[in-house]
Amino acid sequence: MQSERAGSGGSPGSGSAGGSADGRDAIERCRYILRLADTSLVLGQRLGEWVGHAPALEEDLGLANISLDLIGQARLLLTHAGEVEGAGRDEDQLAFLRDGSDYCNLTLAEQPNGDFGRTIVRQFLIDAWQLEIYEWLQQSKDTRLAEVAAKALKETRYHLRYSAEWLIRLGDGTEESQRRVQQALDELWPFTQELFVADALDEDMAASGIASPLAQLQPRWSARIDEVLREATLQRPADTDYPWHGKRGQHGEHLGYLLAEMQHMQRAYPGAKW
Amino acid sequence: MYTQGLDSLGKEALHNSKADTATLEARFQATVDADEKIEPKDWMPDAYRQTLIRQISQHAHSEIVGMLPEGNWITRAPSLKRKAVLIAKVQDEGGHGMYLYSAAETLGVSRDQLQQQLLSGAAKYSSIFNYPTPTWADVGAIGWLVDGAAIMNQIPICRCSFGPYARAMVRVCREESFHQRQGFEIMMMLAQGTPEQQRMAQDALNRWWWPSLMMFGPSDGQSRHTAQSMKWKIKRFTNDELRQKFVDTTVPQAEYLGLKMPDPDLKWDPQSGHYNFGVIDWSEFQAVLKGNGPCNRERLEARRKAHDDGAWVREAAMAHAEKQRARQTQAA
Repeated sequence: MQSERAGSGGSPGSGSAGGSADGRDAIERCRYILRLADTSLVLGQRLGEWVGHAPALEEDLGLANISLDLIGQARLLLTHAGEVEGAGRDEDQLAFLRDGSDYCNLTLAEQPNGDFGRTIVRQFLIDAWQLEIYEWLQQSKDTRLAEVAAKALKETRYHLRYSAEWLIRLGDGTEESQRRVQQALDELWPFTQELFVADALDEDMAASGIASPLAQLQPRWSARIDEVLREATLQRPADTDYPWHGKRGQHGEHLGYLLAEMQHMQRAYPGAKW
Repeated sequence: MYTQGLDSLGKEALHNSKADTATLEARFQATVDADEKIEPKDWMPDAYRQTLIRQISQHAHSEIVGMLPEGNWITRAPSLKRKAVLIAKVQDEGGHGMYLYSAAETLGVSRDQLQQQLLSGAAKYSSIFNYPTPTWADVGAIGWLVDGAAIMNQIPICRCSFGPYARAMVRVCREESFHQRQGFEIMMMLAQGTPEQQRMAQDALNRWWWPSLMMFGPSDGQSRHTAQSMKWKIKRFTNDELRQKFVDTTVPQAEYLGLKMPDPDLKWDPQSGHYNFGVIDWSEFQAVLKGNGPCNRERLEARRKAHDDGAWVREAAMAHAEKQRARQTQAA
């Protein structure tokens, strides 16, 4: 499934660089960068749904700010992925003209917003993941990726502070708020199974010094999660064993609707400039 | 804190004789006439205070409700750059709402009270935000026309006699002019685009032009507040003066875009050096003001829903803060 598929308007590999060994490396690297880009983009898109509808004005601004950062990260990463791929695709072609099965975001990122508590749980779990990923990527052999990671890391530290503080307030708030966030945590936890399980692409990237061996990052993520959950008086759910593979393009039912909305204009008016 | 300050002012005022009040009023008006600022702790006539609370809170509510029509396009913006710019813009509007609520709070009301007035339907906000945004071109038209009209209205307020409002407005205007340029740029891309995009742009102009002119409020003869507000230097120009300035600035921009103004009576008058324009349909203005515009119900419902759905979050934040305080007290 994760091997190269030259789909319609589709996956990396449909471009010109596919033949040589260098070309195959480039396609692999492009696909890895897309995993990071798509996670930021899909999560940023989700947070954008909140703007104007948050529980307080401060949260409208906070969620908008994080959304804006994530879209910004996605733009830099998509542009870089397009350059690595070498097929002439820019950020918008990659964002708006790929189908769901070519999207490589973590399944967790595409989960619907639900109430504010669920949004915060999803955000916290991913912020803590991005923190580890970006921190390591500053030493990536892909120097452009390292630069983008350094910028994204600064933003992620702020995002994590925001989501962790809210998780603590909601967990250690009222009975109702604790019940709501505990339930959200229980329901979203199974998707964390995907965060640190390396597949062949992750292993190749680690072997060539582009990315970290994923398993190495897991203990720090896990410790950070435990620390915040303790302060939030929330129970860490038991791990489950269903292997989600959003990063390989295998998604649930939610991503299709998210993309239908996000891609509507580019699909409805092909080739128009905005 | 401000409320306490005001209480003491109130008591002091209560003991003042009529002659004292007249002296205070004279001193107040002299300050205003000298183009100096009135600050929150200064004595001010109650009607001045009430006028400012009404005007600043309406302005704040307009920023908050104004997040909705454009926010409607965040998830569907046609490029990532446009999406980012739009999120930033809607975020700025929320920020403007915050400074303005803070400016109003210096007059002795709380943000909660003001928001309750908005949610109950007692407070007004700019009627322009009761119009829908069915196409992407509406985002361009709002930036170009609605923010353009807002700037025209707001630049004079940077010199308003009440210090906190004037200072808030300096920052608001700087950001608004950036928004206006962005809106114009969106319109330009559409106007230079495919026939479908050009149609979208013209349709948006047709729908937003007259409501934008109504943003300046009733004609001078009909405006209840103008004379007093000008004496207090809360207002520097009349509604009709600002409206004319907006028309004169905007018509050439529409020509540059190659779009047609939806007004058969619009004509340059070389004698006056202004554009003459057609008669505004004030019955539409009154209908929207009364709550019967196309989106009045949706806008208030969206605000109420956000408020109601967020109640448990705000309660949790307060409960947590309370627990933290109790723990700190115990530790100390």
